[in-house]
Amino acid sequence: MKIYADNAATTKISRTAVEAMLPYIEEFYGNPSSLYSFGQKAKEALETARASIAECIGAQPREIIFTSGGSEADNQAILSAAAIGKKSGKMHIISDQIEHHAVLHTLKKLEKEGFSVTYLPVGTDGIVKVEDLRAAIHEDTCLVTVMYANNEIGTIQPINEIGKICREKKIIFHTDAVQAVGHIPVNVVDESIDMLSASAHKFHGPKGVGFLYARKGIRLTNLIEGGAQERGRRAGTENVPGIVAMAAAFVESVGHIEENAKRAAALRDRLIAGLSEIPHSALNGDAVKRLPSNVNFCFEGIEGESLLLLLDDKGICASSGSACTSGSLDPSHVLLAIGRVHDVAHGSLRLTLGDDATEEEVDYIIRSVKEVVEYLRGFSPVWRDLCAGKGNFIL
Amino acid sequence: MALYSEKVMDHFRNPRNVGVIEDADGVGEVGNAKCGDIMKIYLKIDDDVITDVKFETFGCGSAIASSSMATELIKGKPVSEAMELTNKAVAEALDGLPDYKMHCSVLAEEAIKNALDDYYEKNPDKRKPE
Repeated sequence: MKIYADNAATTKISRTAVEAMLPYIEEFYGNPSSLYSFGQKAKEALETARASIAECIGAQPREIIFTSGGSEADNQAILSAAAIGKKSGKMHIISDQIEHHAVLHTLKKLEKEGFSVTYLPVGTDGIVKVEDLRAAIHEDTCLVTVMYANNEIGTIQPINEIGKICREKKIIFHTDAVQAVGHIPVNVVDESIDMLSASAHKFHGPKGVGFLYARKGIRLTNLIEGGAQERGRRAGTENVPGIVAMAAAFVESVGHIEENAKRAAALRDRLIAGLSEIPHSALNGDAVKRLPSNVNFCFEGIEGESLLLLLDDKGICASSGSACTSGSLDPSHVLLAIGRVHDVAHGSLRLTLGDDATEEEVDYIIRSVKEVVEYLRGFSPVWRDLCAGKGNFIL
Repeated sequence: MALYSEKVMDHFRNPRNVGVIEDADGVGEVGNAKCGDIMKIYLKIDDDVITDVKFETFGCGSAIASSSMATELIKGKPVSEAMELTNKAVAEALDGLPDYKMHCSVLAEEAIKNALDDYYEKNPDKRKPE
């Protein structure tokens, strides 16, 4: 059996997206900036894509700019808000401890430039507390950036409430919604979102393309200088086939969002129930306020990379927050932030199901994980010590 | 390109000498769970020869493969030879490890030396080869 259960890493491009993009690779290859009608055909496709994407999140077309993906959108959003803040002497930013590195590293860069950043903690449920946000706001806060849903543990943040607070305090609110859009309903107007980042390949679009929503009136700082594409906010000839495909994939995902989410959540809960039978294991993050396809577990006494390699041998593609899978010494900052100690954070497993996942596949995953965890525990000195009563089980 | 060599994958998938020796003559344990790697080596030594060796490892694929290979390299060998086992030899026998995984081979070397130290501590009459 071959099961791709790493849809938070990337998704399979949909047939609809492929078919939408092909004419713009093979036939209508004109440059959208060209004056002749052949170029304008591409320009038209670009603007149609912009309008459909905007509609999917309740935005205006002119509020969408195309980027190379989620990371670029995060960088541009944060640097733009920081530049706006700096102009009026506001150099404080609020974020949280479980953001994606595209956000965290951009914030680190701003800290070196003199900004101060408050990283809100999250509870063991992996969710930011709105009271903490309220308490962290100062006179000089120029930006709040809190992700919509976490890429590792799938927890969904109280975006609506955060948006309201920021709007009331006139602070720009950005959300990295890379894992959320196309999977759970998002509306920038209803949720008072000022800026939002998204990436096509997370919702069955192609890689290397994404978008940034910036509410009308928010002046964006260019990351790429050059021509006047994207109304002067992002230079470079647009990735027309990619953008057209992104729009097609997005419209399709949003069109089936309720049914897909419902179906995925049922499979997710089946998977959670099955894995919970493994002794000394624990689900990471809130069981309910989480993405419909995300399952993330810690298993005591084993290490994540060996778990992944053995699951790979069984045809299952998954990921882990262990240090060994990241090439760093520390396990995932997200797992540490929700209070998992290093010892167990190394033994984490993330499974993110696809829209086409079946009960049979979920049951196969459960059986395989049980088998592999038991096998690895069989020659783990950590597990032996725990079973012998030397030290206490954490999970 | 695969993350690991075929040799590493072979020793990871079919680790040799897995287990525990209850009446071991020397036991060595290195690493810690916080860092994500622990190796434990059990030695049976008879007449200055390593007659049996077993290991237990908590760690990544290369940690398991390194333990397996290291035990193979010293099994049946005189203690003096085992003392000279280097992490480089372990890595080479595995057809190489990625740079950031070399520490796994270091752990394997240390675990064996640790187990031999334990043996000499328990047997003060035996002279440790220099």
